[in-house]
Amino acid sequence: MSTLAERFAGHPVAAVFRRELASYFATPLAYVFIVIFLVLAGAFSFYLGGFYERGQADLLPFFNFHPWLYLFLVPAVAMRLWAEERKSGTIELLLTLPITMWQAVLGKFLAAWAFIGIALALTFPMWITVNYLGDPDNGVIVAGYIGSLLMAGAFLAIGACLSAATRNQVVAFILTVATCFVLLLAGYPLVMDAVRAVAGDGVAQAIAQLSFLTHFSAISRGVLDLRDLLFFLLTIGFWLYACAVVIDLKKAD
Amino acid sequence: MIETHALTKRYGALTAVDAISFRVEPGQVLGFLGPNGAGKSTTMKMIAGFLAPTSGSASVCGFDVERQPIEAKRCVGYLPEGAPGYGEMSPRSFLGFIADLRGLKGEQRRARLDEVTGRLQLEAVLDKPIDTLSKGFKRRVGLAQAILHDPPVLILDEPTDGLDPNQKHEVRALIRSMARDKIIVISTHILEEVHAVCTRAVIIANGRLLADATPEELEARSRYHGAVSLTTPNPLALKDGLAALPGVASVEVDPQDGRLTAFPKAGEPIFVAVAEHLRSRDIGFSELQLERGRLDEVFRQITTRPADAAVAQEGRA
Repeated sequence: MSTLAERFAGHPVAAVFRRELASYFATPLAYVFIVIFLVLAGAFSFYLGGFYERGQADLLPFFNFHPWLYLFLVPAVAMRLWAEERKSGTIELLLTLPITMWQAVLGKFLAAWAFIGIALALTFPMWITVNYLGDPDNGVIVAGYIGSLLMAGAFLAIGACLSAATRNQVVAFILTVATCFVLLLAGYPLVMDAVRAVAGDGVAQAIAQLSFLTHFSAISRGVLDLRDLLFFLLTIGFWLYACAVVIDLKKAD
Repeated sequence: MIETHALTKRYGALTAVDAISFRVEPGQVLGFLGPNGAGKSTTMKMIAGFLAPTSGSASVCGFDVERQPIEAKRCVGYLPEGAPGYGEMSPRSFLGFIADLRGLKGEQRRARLDEVTGRLQLEAVLDKPIDTLSKGFKRRVGLAQAILHDPPVLILDEPTDGLDPNQKHEVRALIRSMARDKIIVISTHILEEVHAVCTRAVIIANGRLLADATPEELEARSRYHGAVSLTTPNPLALKDGLAALPGVASVEVDPQDGRLTAFPKAGEPIFVAVAEHLRSRDIGFSELQLERGRLDEVFRQITTRPADAAVAQEGRA
């Protein structure tokens, strides 16, 4: 068992993961992010979501606002992932160490994901509160957390890819917010009408299937459908692959 | 061993590195010389495995940098230009991270970390964020990172750039001390550095390899090689007499400091003849010197040949 743990600890992905995660907490950024996330998550569920007024023991009003919170907070975490490595030149150092591209991409992504996971885990008082006030279906709440984490991961993978495309963090942030917004609302009239007008009905139908919001609300209602889980995992995989390709292409500039 | 075959890197129409081939054996310190933008860094980046060549190949320790990148990277220590490091980390945690990725474990890991922090005198700054360190310390952290796993091949891109004279001296001493059993490639545009550390120099301009020789051989190409220079109260009076000596091709007087230089005909020793001439005429002089050749002059001559200028012009058009 210990040898397995040792082998994992010595793995390049683990080394990149540890370095990256520690770097979040080396600056005030991590704490600022976590505080903002917790305050907004609470404020949205209590004031906008009518947490008490609904009189129901569940966390639906809490999870319902996560997509909108992530829309701005996750790109803020993702924007520095590769843009900073390129700007400071450390990308040259990292990629000339004996490590493959996917190990570097995965290690950095997992660290950022774990960081958001930590922020999400710190919302546990919400869970305790509903259990104290009533008798919620904890299975649905677990599903909600899983769905929320998966969606954050998908946003993050998009952000990682776009962060690799530029050395300017602000540009990376704006591009990521815009892309996530379109994917979030794919399937809703705002995006669909525009797509249908430009690309026709077939494309519009296909894009509707990519809607984050549809897949997320299915999971957060407690329906852990394999297709919804796969959707997010494949989205993450696709964008991370794109991230590796972009890094490879843009290394020279 | 480092070997490159027709190594080429193109960016669209621009050829940054144009079919460079060379080979470096253990014990050699190879200096890459060239004007800014000549392709030195790009060549090093390809050997270190950061950039993929457009065509041609490079291998390190027998491993092709494209086909066996991990094996090749294992035997290279690389200092990128400007010695980048993760600013928020301390040298201690930064070197720990490098040790992890280099697969150093247990006792060996501790021994190597102690060795490089001692050798580069990093003890005082080990726990300060790299961002707050002076340029000299940052450079030393970068060097420590490169030599941490005691690699057989070291590639150092401008290792002394921006350092003060004392720091330059230390870094050069470090390079010389490691030179015996390693292959070291450094790039520089400081010509004195070539004398100080290199056993061999390669001159690159416009992406092409224009010269590959020892520093002494390069100096021998200078018209100053074997020339005799001196300072005398009345250089113009002496000029014609020296020019008439057998073996002397021409005599020039520097209009600024009045220093007189006698240039030899190809390969002819003239020092004794000049000294004899001065003694027999009882001419007062100081600083009589036999010139070794001037690297800066050879460098300029090689890197600004009219043919190259024409090619460069074409490339731009």
